[in-house]
Amino acid sequence: MSTELVHPLSKYLRAAMMPHIWCSGCGNGIILNCFVQAIDELQMDLNKLVVVSGIGCIGRVAGYANTNSFHTTHGRPIAFATGVKLANPELEVVIISGDGDLFAIGGNHFIHAARRNLGVKVICANNFNYGMTGGQQGPTTPLEAFTTTTPYGNIEHPFNLVHLASASGATYVARWTTLHVRRLTQSIKKLLQKEGFSFIEVVSPCPEIYGRQNKMRTGLEMMEWFRRASVVEHFSDPAKAEITREKIVVGEFVDTKKPSYEKLLHEKIAQVGKEAGKWGEQCAS
Amino acid sequence: MTKKGTVLEGVHFMNGDVACAEGAIAAGCRFFAGYPITPATEIAEHLSQRMPEIGGIYIQMEDEIASMAAVIGASYAGLKAMTATSGPGFSLMQENIGLAVMTEAPCVVVDVMRGGPSTGQPTLPGQQDVMQAKWGSHGDYEIIALAPSSVQETFDLTVEAFNLSETYRVPTILLADEVVAHMWEKVVIPPAEKIKIVNRKKPNAPPQEYMPFMPDDDLVPPMACFGEGFSFHATGLTHDEHGYPQTSSSEVQQRLVSRLCDKIRKNAEKIVRVQGVMLDDADVVVVAYGIVARAALSAVRKARERGIKVGLLRPITLWPFPERHVAKIAEKAKAIVVPEMNCGQLVREVERAAKETPVVFLSKLGEDPHTPTEILEAIRRNSQ
Repeated sequence: MSTELVHPLSKYLRAAMMPHIWCSGCGNGIILNCFVQAIDELQMDLNKLVVVSGIGCIGRVAGYANTNSFHTTHGRPIAFATGVKLANPELEVVIISGDGDLFAIGGNHFIHAARRNLGVKVICANNFNYGMTGGQQGPTTPLEAFTTTTPYGNIEHPFNLVHLASASGATYVARWTTLHVRRLTQSIKKLLQKEGFSFIEVVSPCPEIYGRQNKMRTGLEMMEWFRRASVVEHFSDPAKAEITREKIVVGEFVDTKKPSYEKLLHEKIAQVGKEAGKWGEQCAS
Repeated sequence: MTKKGTVLEGVHFMNGDVACAEGAIAAGCRFFAGYPITPATEIAEHLSQRMPEIGGIYIQMEDEIASMAAVIGASYAGLKAMTATSGPGFSLMQENIGLAVMTEAPCVVVDVMRGGPSTGQPTLPGQQDVMQAKWGSHGDYEIIALAPSSVQETFDLTVEAFNLSETYRVPTILLADEVVAHMWEKVVIPPAEKIKIVNRKKPNAPPQEYMPFMPDDDLVPPMACFGEGFSFHATGLTHDEHGYPQTSSSEVQQRLVSRLCDKIRKNAEKIVRVQGVMLDDADVVVVAYGIVARAALSAVRKARERGIKVGLLRPITLWPFPERHVAKIAEKAKAIVVPEMNCGQLVREVERAAKETPVVFLSKLGEDPHTPTEILEAIRRNSQ
């Protein structure tokens, strides 16, 4: 007699969307695994969960997660999520997207959502390049790195995402690599329970596209880089947390509390509505 | 005035932008995202005051790209949603207008047309975005666009735009112009219960059987929203009826894109609205819309006083284009005169529908729309 073995987390994935599109050695599966582990441990109401993504390899996560999900145009998941969160603040809105989507074409939406302290949660898979289009230079490509559009080495300074997020006003900022599976899962749980704009950067291996051009041809080699270079330093200065070949500072950088935009907005609406009602009653009497 | 905290009713004196904002509220719009731009800013300003009074959401986004994206998000979260802009912002919105078309998000986009291209003449009127409204986003699609000629009609057509967008799950564009938007006129707002309101179809199927893009006979799929118990996926990629991406299936691409076009094309007779004035015996017909139609009507009346058999056909729906109506008047008319505040946009559609009947185009750019005298002169020249 045989029994069909079912993975305990498979209910969080859409079987019809499998197999996934990701290359062997890619870190996106680890990120998705940590995410569903976190929602499982929190026993989140899937009906109230909306996963939004943009364009790029990790962008497909919106379809893979078995919740309400929306796959937007390139760079626009945070702007789309703004409409969702304000229209129904009871929904938990999580944006899972890549470095190019969130910080090049979508950079403006990121900083403004953080500034407003919109209560959405952003998980960024940073793989240092545009993987889906075949490995072009992006906003997090390290100096001197080789990509298909920096064949002589990159001369652009990369964004330090945790510095950008904290300077823009995020109430929770953390960075992990896909090597830090348990810490990342716990960090996602924390992210999901924050009120305001929250951000996790996940440094993720892309051996097939990025690694092969930068002497890290396998997922294992990229993970070895993460293991060698990662240093856990909680609440260190995000301005000094630039990712280099030698050092990747990981940990929590920011964990503060301030009222979310939607909370202030709906309080304002309640207050204005009440005053408008009083004014109306005076006119009517 | 009625109670401040409720939907407005009664007789008011207001400009077109305010009428548009009040029309949106009357239609049930409870989400506005926008970015300041002349000559549409007053819509945002008015809604920033009014939305909180009625429990609705107003947000100023970081740009028009974000505004349009937020509108789609709010629509998927269950609210009727709108944005308002002018040419430069309308260009930025095209990307996500395409997303709204592809994901069938009901929403209203107001474009108060000013002089272009580029920054152009921000405070002056134009009718230069007519083709952009139809073709502005990439790929094949059909859209609905309405053009008001008065402040009252701006109110009425904003309500209509919401009703059409909810009925067909398509972004609906209100193509106003600077003159109508800034002109002050009397507006009569009926009691709320007298205003026809259409809400999107909701699914009858249980959640486990729900297919978010499975159309009914009218080619429009019922729409569940986030948080209503239906776990579903939507994407800007070509997708099947489940909402799942199908990026290499020719069959799915054919089926989806044809349906997106056909749900408008096959329902065009129900959507299209025109105003016809003295067309029965007309030798010459003026086809005009927006503010230009006001001067055209005046010219038609003056020409009739002089014994010229002339009429006015005013497309209220610019897209889908009222092809049948133009073809019908073209059967009898000796000439069709088309004044537009551009270098020739809707006139191309008129020519296509008019077939053999000569079409005369009157272009005008800059501060003033055509005068009745200019249109009258064209009527006289072409009536002999």
